[in-house]
Amino acid sequence: MNARIFAILLALMPLPAVAQGFAGMGTEAEGFATPAPDPVFDFPADHGPHPAYRIEWWYLTANMTGPDGTPYGLQWTLFRSALEPEEREGWESPQIWLGHAAVTTPETHLSAERFARGGIGQAGVTVAPFEAWIDDWRMAGETFDEVTLTARGAEFAYDVELSAEGPLVFHGEDGFSVKSEAGQASYYYSQPFYALEGTLTLPGGEVAVTGNAWLDREWSSQPLAADQDGWDWFSLSFEDGTKLMAFELRQSDGTSYASGTWIEPDGQTTALPDGALQATPLAGSEVAGREVPTEWRVEVPGRGVDVTVRAINAQAWMEVTPPYWEGPVTVTGSHTGRGYLEMTGYE
Amino acid sequence: MTRAGLAALWSHWRRNPLQLFTLIIGLALATGLWSGVQAINAEARASYDAAAASLGEGRYDQLLPRAGARFDQEIYIALRRAGWQVAPVLEGQLSVPEGRVRLIGLDPLTAPAGLVPQDDTGTGSAGLAAFMRADTVFAHPGIADALRASVPNAVVAARRLAPGTALADIGAAQRLLDRPGQLSRLIVLPKQAVGLPPIDSVAPDLRRQPAGQGSDVGRLTDSFHLNLTAFGLLSFAVGIFIVHGAIGLAFEQRRGLVRSLRALGMPLRRLIALLALELVVIALVAGSLGVVLGYVVAATLLPDVAATLRGLYGASISGDLQLRPSWWLSGLAIALLGTALAASGALWRIARMPLLASAGARAWAMTAGRARRWQAAGAAVFLLAALALVWLAEGLILSFLCLGLLLIGAALALPAILDRVLALGTRGARSMRWEWFWADTRQQLPGLSLALMALLLAIAANVGVSTMVSSFRLTFTAFLDQRLAAELYVSPATPEESAEMQAFLAPQVEAVLPILSVDTTLAGLPASLYGARIGPTYTENWRFLQAGPEPWPRVARGEAVIVNEQLARRADLWPGDTLRVAEGLALPIAGVFGDYGNPVGQAIVGETLFRDLYPEVRSVRFGLRTGDPDAIRAALTERFGLSEGQIIDQAGIKRLSLQVFERTFTVTGALNVLTLAVAGFAMLMSLLTLANLRLPQLAPAWALGLTRAELGRLELLRAILLAALTLVLALPLGLALAWVLLALVNVEAFGWRLPMYLFPLDYLRLSGLALLAALLAAAWPARRLARTPPADLLKVFAHER
Repeated sequence: MNARIFAILLALMPLPAVAQGFAGMGTEAEGFATPAPDPVFDFPADHGPHPAYRIEWWYLTANMTGPDGTPYGLQWTLFRSALEPEEREGWESPQIWLGHAAVTTPETHLSAERFARGGIGQAGVTVAPFEAWIDDWRMAGETFDEVTLTARGAEFAYDVELSAEGPLVFHGEDGFSVKSEAGQASYYYSQPFYALEGTLTLPGGEVAVTGNAWLDREWSSQPLAADQDGWDWFSLSFEDGTKLMAFELRQSDGTSYASGTWIEPDGQTTALPDGALQATPLAGSEVAGREVPTEWRVEVPGRGVDVTVRAINAQAWMEVTPPYWEGPVTVTGSHTGRGYLEMTGYE
Repeated sequence: MTRAGLAALWSHWRRNPLQLFTLIIGLALATGLWSGVQAINAEARASYDAAAASLGEGRYDQLLPRAGARFDQEIYIALRRAGWQVAPVLEGQLSVPEGRVRLIGLDPLTAPAGLVPQDDTGTGSAGLAAFMRADTVFAHPGIADALRASVPNAVVAARRLAPGTALADIGAAQRLLDRPGQLSRLIVLPKQAVGLPPIDSVAPDLRRQPAGQGSDVGRLTDSFHLNLTAFGLLSFAVGIFIVHGAIGLAFEQRRGLVRSLRALGMPLRRLIALLALELVVIALVAGSLGVVLGYVVAATLLPDVAATLRGLYGASISGDLQLRPSWWLSGLAIALLGTALAASGALWRIARMPLLASAGARAWAMTAGRARRWQAAGAAVFLLAALALVWLAEGLILSFLCLGLLLIGAALALPAILDRVLALGTRGARSMRWEWFWADTRQQLPGLSLALMALLLAIAANVGVSTMVSSFRLTFTAFLDQRLAAELYVSPATPEESAEMQAFLAPQVEAVLPILSVDTTLAGLPASLYGARIGPTYTENWRFLQAGPEPWPRVARGEAVIVNEQLARRADLWPGDTLRVAEGLALPIAGVFGDYGNPVGQAIVGETLFRDLYPEVRSVRFGLRTGDPDAIRAALTERFGLSEGQIIDQAGIKRLSLQVFERTFTVTGALNVLTLAVAGFAMLMSLLTLANLRLPQLAPAWALGLTRAELGRLELLRAILLAALTLVLALPLGLALAWVLLALVNVEAFGWRLPMYLFPLDYLRLSGLALLAALLAAAWPARRLARTPPADLLKVFAHER
């Protein structure tokens, strides 16, 4: 899963409420729509927002290479978080938007965040033509398949072109992704086949980059169970063209719930149920004053996958609200390749 | 040795408890008045800071409209979409039954952290959701209840907000203030992204105001606080006169003791240290008393200060006082400083006294001749400097400096002048007794001169301030008469209602005068722009301070603008100059009108021009000219159901304005009385201490046949004579003070210059009071003298040294 963050309530929420799973995602879904099995998606409309659901994201990560072979990573995320299951015009809008952007190099990790309210034009998503924006950060193009992606912070900026070279991929059962044994679920699809070309602006100057990007679309009203307090999420692209999405939700009692999707080069998918894959921390790093596992062993016995996943920059800490770890990784072992790792709930 | 030395020094105070009392009370009074005034200022500043903090003023740059008071929120969206991290703010006044509330609307998502308060109960996320869903208004506890009664929203009390302030989500604020889609300002966040386009290219209608310059209220009220500080300083100075006198006397009387201690082998250094230690202990005790006294003064005056600031500047400060630890420190520090100041001369003399110098108990400071010449020279320098400043002074600080130099110079000149007058008196005396009286009075002058200086300052301050206040009152009343010409003033609830009423009333009254105004920036200063429907009300009643030809017809035609004195003085714009009233429109100034009691600049253009410039501004309040106000009031009440409070007649407004005005000067009046009381006390103490010293001089007169009762009467007469002479000098000084206040300080502090009026009856009453104070101060010593046992007088001859 790309079960990610939603932060805004945290900024003003007292601790007892935060304790309901990471970033309040385990709170009750009263009044909000809940995902149901056997979804029928309607595109391009479903690329746009679903205000009846509590949370939603447009989540893009990219692995890139500079002219000298240096690996880079970038993140562009737009979150929607609803206080009420509807949209209204003007300041009365109960929809809150937030953006996270980051660039990771082997030496540095730069990040920024943005907040906005729906209804006034400061942030939102339209589908034809496609535009997802918050302030001046944009992901926009004639269609969802050809988009320009921009963002900037106090010390970095990027401007890249994305072009889809494969189909959308649906996780779980046709896009219905179960998150716990109790049945919490979300709608979840991805575009993992974007080819990328563009420019990063770093403190040292501009860098031309090429690479590939992975976009996750997910919406739900209560994606986590109340006793789940964090997750580790992997999106890995192997050199043979296959891809793996895997996540593990850590539960308060020490057990975990794992799930994933095996993606063939042509976009064919196979759901990996709980038990079909395993992620084990191998080594940790001290990041922002806490211990975070930045080297992992990921196994999918059914596919002959036994790889070591290593952070390109162990300090890829997102200093946003709430903070989490997100950065590019390299893959070695039975398969080689690269990808992205996200870890939340490490206090 | 040390202990013995301390015991010996202390024994002096045991034998002279009155002197110790004088010293401690003088110091406590000085500290108390000073720290009380400081406490009031600190409390007010804390309130301003809270108000500024709620807007992030001071900490953040702001974007304000170049013209007008508000702008469209699309400009905000445009800036955000260009990458600028700005946060929207809408400000406005909300009417509640008890007055007006300053409502601030913020967007909690983009506002800098810390601007959006948690409520006192800390309900957290429910709080944010409720805040954003526009049904919660956070309000200062003082207005929460009033607000609850007048808005449909939930109201939560929040201590952190400034008094009189309420905070709501920006959407709620737009609805409550009826300003949909409008913003007042944008906060520029400190952390911005790289490579942004210039603000001017995205939002050309906004100007950037750097952090720390926003607190208009703080700047406006600076003058008021400087006023208070000046009074505090004056009281402190008077108190230090007392302390100086008491310490000087005590040291003078202990010269013999000092000589004995040193002869017994106590090192000079240790002796000085012991004397200093003694003074430190006294200063700490008196300082503590002073801080308590200061708290009482501040707590008593603060409600009036709060009312004054609200009336004069619209600044809200809390009426209740919080005891801050910093006071104790600053109070004790000022007590120590004052003691050091007052004692340095005496300590210096002891340090330099030759070991075996005659310890003859000279009557206190009898070698005053040379000192007096120095004083006279100093006085001349100070007075000349003050005179020079009258011509040169620019700015409030220099005006106050001029005031200070004038007062100090006059105080220093007092002994020399009195000495001359008394010398004349001696020459003119017909009999031996009167010759002795004059000479003896002259002899006493050095001992009394400090108390007399205090009296001089107190009387002069009283005359000066009361002249200023009374002049202001006369001018202000006349101003209200010309300004409040309309018989009725109506305040409907909405612009729509107002328009309907104006249409209904037009055929029934002589004139409807809509009140159209926007808060804007003129000549770079915060100001209000008014649109006036010019008719006989204006042309017949308003008087100009300066005017070009036909001011009103030109304003009515939209060809000119008139400005108030504040704006004219601050921007140095006078008839003939031009003023930019809006983007791309500069008009010649046709006249300058007096506008007392208004802190900001004001400009008036014709109604037509105003409506062209600000089509979105609609009048709510309006005035009515009518021959039959009662009938109109009845008609309005009947047809529109207006409440009593919504129709105010002219007399009501005048009463209200005068009330505000009277409260404005309550504080000044109170400080005046306190200063006079301190001066009276200084006189009493000087006379009491002198009384003991003077026995050797009085005994011969008694021996020559003057009865004790006659001596007592002469003592009384002497006190009144000296007070009267001081009074004669204090009156012109007070008038000079009033002139400086009216012509220099007022112009700098408030932006207006007032004509000076004289109030002989007031001065007569004040003179009576001052003489009475002197009489009371002299009564006790005189009575004691009249009852001195003859044996004591005889002893003088027995103990003759």
